[in-house]
Amino acid sequence: MKRLQATILALLVTVAALGLMYAKISRLGLPLLPHQLQQVWSVEAKIEFDASRHATVVDFDIPDKLGDFVRLDEYFISRGYGLHVGIRHHDRRAEWSTRQARGSQRLYYRLEAVPQSDDETVDPPKPRALAPPLAPVYAEPLASAIQDTLGDVRDESANVFTFVSQTLVKLNALTPGDNIMVIRENLDRASEQWVGRLIYVLAGAGINARMVRGVLLEDRRASQHLTPWLEVHNGSRWEGFDPQSGNRGYPDNFLRWSVGDEPLLHIEGGRNYGVSFSVSRYAKSPTMVARARGVANDSLLASTMLFNLPVNTQNVYRVLLMVPFGALVVAFMRTIVGLPTLGTFMPILIAIAFRETELAWGMALFVLITSAGLSLRFYLERLQLLLVPRLCSVLVLVVLLMVIISLACGKLGIDRGFSIALFPIVILTMVIERMSVIWEESGPGQALKEGLGSLSVAVLGYLVMKNEYLTHLVFLFPESLLILLAVFILMGRYTGYRLLEVARFKDIVESPSSDVKPHP
Amino acid sequence: MLSRIRKLKEAGVVGINNRNRGYIMPHNPRRLYARVDDKVETKRLAIAAGIAVPELYGLIKVVREAKDFARLVDGRQDFVVKPAHGSGGKGILVITDRRRDMYVKGDGHALSAAEVQHHIENVLGGVYSLGGQPDQAIIEYRVKFDRVFEQVSYRGVPDIRVLVYRGVPAMAMLRLPTRRSDGRANLHQGAVGAGIDMLSGATTLAVCQNRHIVEHPDFGTALGGLVIPGWPQLLLLAARCQDLAPLGYLGVDMVLDAELGPLILELNARPGLGIQIANGRGLRGTLDYIDAVAPLPGEASARVAVMQDYHKGLRTTARA
Repeated sequence: MKRLQATILALLVTVAALGLMYAKISRLGLPLLPHQLQQVWSVEAKIEFDASRHATVVDFDIPDKLGDFVRLDEYFISRGYGLHVGIRHHDRRAEWSTRQARGSQRLYYRLEAVPQSDDETVDPPKPRALAPPLAPVYAEPLASAIQDTLGDVRDESANVFTFVSQTLVKLNALTPGDNIMVIRENLDRASEQWVGRLIYVLAGAGINARMVRGVLLEDRRASQHLTPWLEVHNGSRWEGFDPQSGNRGYPDNFLRWSVGDEPLLHIEGGRNYGVSFSVSRYAKSPTMVARARGVANDSLLASTMLFNLPVNTQNVYRVLLMVPFGALVVAFMRTIVGLPTLGTFMPILIAIAFRETELAWGMALFVLITSAGLSLRFYLERLQLLLVPRLCSVLVLVVLLMVIISLACGKLGIDRGFSIALFPIVILTMVIERMSVIWEESGPGQALKEGLGSLSVAVLGYLVMKNEYLTHLVFLFPESLLILLAVFILMGRYTGYRLLEVARFKDIVESPSSDVKPHP
Repeated sequence: MLSRIRKLKEAGVVGINNRNRGYIMPHNPRRLYARVDDKVETKRLAIAAGIAVPELYGLIKVVREAKDFARLVDGRQDFVVKPAHGSGGKGILVITDRRRDMYVKGDGHALSAAEVQHHIENVLGGVYSLGGQPDQAIIEYRVKFDRVFEQVSYRGVPDIRVLVYRGVPAMAMLRLPTRRSDGRANLHQGAVGAGIDMLSGATTLAVCQNRHIVEHPDFGTALGGLVIPGWPQLLLLAARCQDLAPLGYLGVDMVLDAELGPLILELNARPGLGIQIANGRGLRGTLDYIDAVAPLPGEASARVAVMQDYHKGLRTTARA
């Protein structure tokens, strides 16, 4: 009955853990392996200007919603400037300011983004009716050219979007008629002015349009400029149009940077300013990607991610979450193998200390300090001190030993000695005390056996706790510890022999000197 | 490896995991541990039940009283200091003689009063106790063991361990101190364990450091065929201990005092498994047999009879 109960409990706990993990993998795209890297676009805007020795304020339009991309992170690189990021007229803007700047200045803004995955559909914005723009009063001959062109298209189109599309096709015709030539006015059709002209023309038909600027993401494109795009409102939503062809939508690699014809950059107290963009692509840990996705989606699942914690706390949890794996090693070595250790969790604590010192050095320190401490402890025994003060004396000596080792290492130019500071001195003191008691009671053999047992379990525990794959897995999926819980529950029901017992009881079944036949 | 595991299973050898889960957990309720882990309490219960134990000379509870030990042993030529909550024979100091103001240990070393006092202070500090808890120091009568065992024990006191399962003596061994065990009778410290035939009370096989031996490692004397005097009384005494502490899986440690006869030294709620090696057979068969007897008799003598029936049965099948 109890056996069944334990098995069912272990099963339930495992299923719960796997279910949660599956949900996280499928919904958030969390990777099971640490090295399944994802492509990340990095866009850097470089602002250059000459400062005029006065107070300088740099006002720069930075992206808010990125279209088909999700922002992972952004960095502002500016030495000696104060930074303020805020929203002004629905525009996200960064404002750098300084009291005094001299000579040529450079400020950087870097953005990291990944494509939105298909299952992430952003809620469509609420339909919002816009008042039609005031019809501009055009001057002749522009007025009649626009009138004629719009009139022609109006007969051929069913709705606002097809109307705009048709208009754009006409205006971009390879062999333009006279009317079109008047409207084009020799404007570069890849320029912002051309988009401005289109907006101006469409206003004549009572259509709301605006300019959108974006970066075309192509790897290693340096000194790029923003590409202007046309956006048209049909009374309920905005739709993008290629100002040079009239095609609907945006290019796949279009990263939306700004909306409207507000100047991208405005600098007070600076001259000769300009901004250029460079694009690069690199592989980034998908963990970060999933994290940013979660933040962008604000999903409940994502709120269980440890990435939501401050970085310091995260680092603590990176170690803490691995402790149960160290415990797994201890439990296995003790219940299944039967290796003796000093105390139950002492090997784990030693293993955690190894994380700070690295393995070989940590083992050397452990052996060095323990043996030095042991000899001191045996000397103290002769002074016949009471238990607690004696323990404290050993502690003092352990600390002093560490100081000496650190100083000696400093002299010899080995920087390793300094990491010793984090070696848990209290644990070492307890190791020394317990070993000395076992030494006296059961002889040096038993003491060394248990000391070495603890050390080897600690080394194994360290190797497991340092495992990159496990660390990654348990950090992304803390619920995987529930699986460990199930393992512990099942291990707690194990009644088979310990491996070392098989050797211990050998003589019962294989005794050569047995003169009395064992009973059946 | 696998074939040996199978053989061990067939021989009914009980492993530690199996002992803990299958026998100690279901049969030894934790609340009763205090009765056996606290040797003062065990002594009190035994005296109340009319079971003979080594006489208590005094109990030292706080460090301040440690120096008074001399007053407690005033006029005694020999005595033993042990922690009330010790385990595995740890922290037991045996004083066999006194020379002027010195105390002579079992191994011939003489200690000053200050050294004895320091030992007592260590005991009080919990150095030898389960879990390192502060402890009390017992000062008691030193057992003068029966001459029968003189040729097979090195200094300390040989004792008889009987494993009592649900009140029925299941297996027994004679534990003999060696030079290696420093005069202590604990197998894991290097003492010799000699299996005892439950019917005749004669030793059979012997074990030291988990391996079978036929001679005492220090004296070269034969370990088999020693007959323990008063064996039936010893078995009855062991069975009665079940009434002191109703633990289903109990280790009873007894000594044969030259003058006082059998005495209960201590009870153990987690008796070790080396007894199986000493007897050359696994415990499982015996324990299963006892489990199959229902209901188990209430009388201690009737429970001894259950064991005797089992072994008579074994003997006939072995002959057949």
